[in-house]
Amino acid sequence: MSENLLEIDRLKMHFPITGGVMLKQVASVKAVDDISLFIRHGETLGLVGESGCGKSTLGKCAVRLNTPTDGKIIFDGQDITHAKPSKLRGVRRDMQMIFQDPAESLDPRMSVRAIIEEAFAIQKIGVRKERYDKVKYLLDRVGLPTSAIDKFPFEFSGGQRQRIGIARAIALNPKLVIADEPVSALDVSVQSQVLNLMMELQREMNLAYLFIAHDLAVVKHISDRVAVMYLGKIVELADADAIYKNPKHAYTKALLSAIPIPDPLIKKQRILLEGDVPSPIDPPAGSAFGHRISHSRYEETIGMDLSLVEIEKDHWVAADPCCLEEVDYQKASSLRDRGTAEAL
Amino acid sequence: MAENILQIENLITSFETEAGWLRAVDKVNFEVPKGETVGIVGESGCGKSVTAMSIVRLLPQPMGQILGGSIHFDGKELTKLDRKEMIDIRGNDIGVIFQEPMTALNPSHRIGKQISEVFLLHTNMSKKEAWEASIEILRKVKIPSPERRVGEYPHQLSGGMRQRVVIAMALACNPKLLIADEPTTALDVTVQAQIIDLIEELQRDIGMSVILITHDLGVIAQACDHVVVMYAGRVVEKAPVKELFANPQHAYTKGLLASIPTLDTPRKSELNTIPGNVASIHDFVKGCRFCQRLDVPVDELTERPEFREISSGHWVEICPRCFEV
Repeated sequence: MSENLLEIDRLKMHFPITGGVMLKQVASVKAVDDISLFIRHGETLGLVGESGCGKSTLGKCAVRLNTPTDGKIIFDGQDITHAKPSKLRGVRRDMQMIFQDPAESLDPRMSVRAIIEEAFAIQKIGVRKERYDKVKYLLDRVGLPTSAIDKFPFEFSGGQRQRIGIARAIALNPKLVIADEPVSALDVSVQSQVLNLMMELQREMNLAYLFIAHDLAVVKHISDRVAVMYLGKIVELADADAIYKNPKHAYTKALLSAIPIPDPLIKKQRILLEGDVPSPIDPPAGSAFGHRISHSRYEETIGMDLSLVEIEKDHWVAADPCCLEEVDYQKASSLRDRGTAEAL
Repeated sequence: MAENILQIENLITSFETEAGWLRAVDKVNFEVPKGETVGIVGESGCGKSVTAMSIVRLLPQPMGQILGGSIHFDGKELTKLDRKEMIDIRGNDIGVIFQEPMTALNPSHRIGKQISEVFLLHTNMSKKEAWEASIEILRKVKIPSPERRVGEYPHQLSGGMRQRVVIAMALACNPKLLIADEPTTALDVTVQAQIIDLIEELQRDIGMSVILITHDLGVIAQACDHVVVMYAGRVVEKAPVKELFANPQHAYTKGLLASIPTLDTPRKSELNTIPGNVASIHDFVKGCRFCQRLDVPVDELTERPEFREISSGHWVEICPRCFEV
């Protein structure tokens, strides 16, 4: 068994856009464009980025809710990139999802019991009595009263609903949970309850999380490593502390500087980004972020290899002259050139 | 002390339901000094938006009614004004920015037409002048190439741009007070920073006051001069921003401040939580509602705690359990 639970290799997810009378494909949305990453057993990988950068699509690809255009997904040693539904069903026992809006991700006409039991039914686990006991155990585990078992989702508050969502996700003892903005719809005081629960379950069950969020403080708190995504690509990936203390990429720096600090005595020098994320339908030819900030070296990056290089131990960053400081870029580009030479 | 542009006293706003009248806003008091920014913070359902909508009388009709108290704005008593007088004030003296910029704009009209409407209603401009003025105001909120954008439809703009358009509409008539209800909640952090900076800059330019409603304490700390903390329809604490963050007094404020992870919190450490959930509006007790959340027996919660000034400008609901002397 390898050390890595999930390995994603040069993954591409392009959605076709059709147009005209014949519905020909006229363009494609490059939601995920050449991404490689891995998640170890029991660790949390945080994934941050602005809306529309493709982070949810990447999460869906990881559990094969989307079939990628190109690249490879290896889960627990098995290549599932093109696995058939019958095989996927077995694999999905080990991978589950928690969604952003618990009000919408729970069927309003199903009782809590039915919602959680469905997982056992699909996987054909246990008999009626065993399932019932397991549901009761799970409710208790996520901090809901046993009396919740016959209630319906609308009878719960947002935080409680998210607990139901978590109970459903952990019902089959998964190894990996993709949590797509699990706390962003919740109030601050409830958000911390849910985060604590997620961390507790991780310790107990050795769960690995892919934690997708836009709140950088939350991501830093729960993650071991953090990946920063911009327009379908990962631009920086490092240990959570390192990425916050020593960000290398200009986009990471800008994101960090934009977080409002809950302390009126600290007035931050914000790096204001003009404009919005460009469209993934027609991304700039060179460095996407360099294009947004109209960097003077943008022209250079057209056609350049902007893939990640390991600039410091476990600290990966795109070798992009627009987004790195000169020293870092020199180092990164020499590493990249060496890497290319070795590959040849 | 600075003059107040807005003074709210004992405001009660209720909604008529099958279960009777429910008080969403229960005797709320606060004031907005001229030229300053007041933040209202609280959980969903605490009545912060209803308070704001009571000021401009945009409550859902006929269920939502102001049943008591006064709203004193710039020498006028808003609760006594009739519908027509209110229309004069809304959009003219008081601008409003709503949370979701997609629903605040009409998808089937051009941006320019929607902004022009404000000018046509409140000034003597002709249609052509109003269109020109719309371009100017779009330039002011820093929309690139406003001459082109003014003729576009909302769906052609990104979320951040749409919010700028909503801000432009709110600011069209140089209001004295701007009410921003969660103006950045639907936006990314980078765009949020742009919008907050923009509001601050425009505030300096035209000297307006701002009420900023948010649940993000980071935004409050960075953008406000005063903070009003609401819980379950009531104000539990209000203070100047530095005082509130340095010296929070009510157990709810303390809990709220402690439960947000910051970049300095040690990684994977257990976060502080506030136990329980906010009671439903149907079950609100007379006494301290934060105690109700903490499972204090309901029969002990019969008396509403006094709202008292404990130091200059710092007011707290003095509940013996939630407030340590």
